[in-house]
Amino acid sequence: MQTERDWPLYEVFIRSRQGLSHVHAGSLHAADDRMAVENARDVYTRRGEGLSIWVVRSDRITASAPDDKGALFDPADSKVYRHPTFYDVPDDVECL
Amino acid sequence: MPAVAMEDDIRRTRFDAHVAGEGKVEPQDWMPEGYRKTLIRQISQHAHSEIIGMQPEGNWITRAPSLRRKCILIAKVQDEAGHGLYLYSSAETLGVSRQQMEADLLSGKAKYSSIFNYPTLTWADIGAIGWLVDGAAITNQIPLCRCSYGPYARAMVRICKEESFHQRQGFELMMALSKGSPEQRRMAQDALNRWWWPSVAMFGPPDSDSIHGSQNAAWKIKRFSNDELRQRFIDMTVKQAEALGLTIPDPDLKFNTESGHWEIGEIDWDDFWKVVKGDGPCNRQRMAHRKKAHDDGAWVREAALAHAAKARARTEKKVA
Repeated sequence: MQTERDWPLYEVFIRSRQGLSHVHAGSLHAADDRMAVENARDVYTRRGEGLSIWVVRSDRITASAPDDKGALFDPADSKVYRHPTFYDVPDDVECL
Repeated sequence: MPAVAMEDDIRRTRFDAHVAGEGKVEPQDWMPEGYRKTLIRQISQHAHSEIIGMQPEGNWITRAPSLRRKCILIAKVQDEAGHGLYLYSSAETLGVSRQQMEADLLSGKAKYSSIFNYPTLTWADIGAIGWLVDGAAITNQIPLCRCSYGPYARAMVRICKEESFHQRQGFELMMALSKGSPEQRRMAQDALNRWWWPSVAMFGPPDSDSIHGSQNAAWKIKRFSNDELRQRFIDMTVKQAEALGLTIPDPDLKFNTESGHWEIGEIDWDDFWKVVKGDGPCNRQRMAHRKKAHDDGAWVREAALAHAAKARARTEKKVA
């Protein structure tokens, strides 16, 4: 039973409306890229959820490692001066 | 304590605190083996139920009484296939392959919801399934939208949105029958008689006998107990049956004015376990059908891969 080869896994991204970016919707198996788009249409857009589909083979995605979370993202926490709320300005000066 | 065990202990404590504080877990995060196994079991079982659940309704597509009902039923059965696929993909993020899950279903190692081992004898059963079975499923599934495991919770959000059409079309179908000829009313009542108890049993054994309860609650996988969810379903459905002018087949059904809840008679748990263990009216038929569909599709799966390989070779040649 396990001798059969699985179809490759694809990640599916859907643009729901013009003006919005593609958002990850889920994944699916397909034999090739074209079938992945066709299956994505059937699986993820049965109720007008999309206007455009991107598919990409899951093994082609490079992701950051969970263990690097601290090294990658913690430094931003201490840089409060990157946010506008960090600055004291008088209330009665407009357009700031 | 060995260093590895200690590290796992620290991770475990951190994980438990994260989940207890309503933090979500994503596929790449560290998680206890038990958490992973529980989720694989639950999500794949849920996926199998969606796929096997296509059979009792698919059985009526060619016999739907109007084009409108046929379109609705096809859309519903197609949704069940979709739900199965969302769930299989979310289980795959936990490291189990689609083939392994399929193999476990076909070998009988993995279970699916027992409700689909009952037959659909008349057209009214299609209404009863949508109204009762999908009604019970929604009651079960809404809290799962807040499950601690992100991919499962996201699949459930999508599924719950779609299930509400399933329940409403079932209720509407029952309403059409219960407002129809005396024969149609009898058919609707007969379907309710047969589907009521299996639907109530769908929530699983009473809390006093349930084996997976407390750990799953702590991990925010299961937020309400079987009995709590069952009660919700009963309270909501008794009123709906009234609106249909149908009678719930339970002489002991009564309203408790103190608690404000409807109380039902004894559930036949022997029958429930008999069906779970494989001796329901349709267990063998459902599995035989799934196995045949899987085997009959083998050449399609192979051909698609062969075609993909050929097309790839052609493009590579052109590029070279």
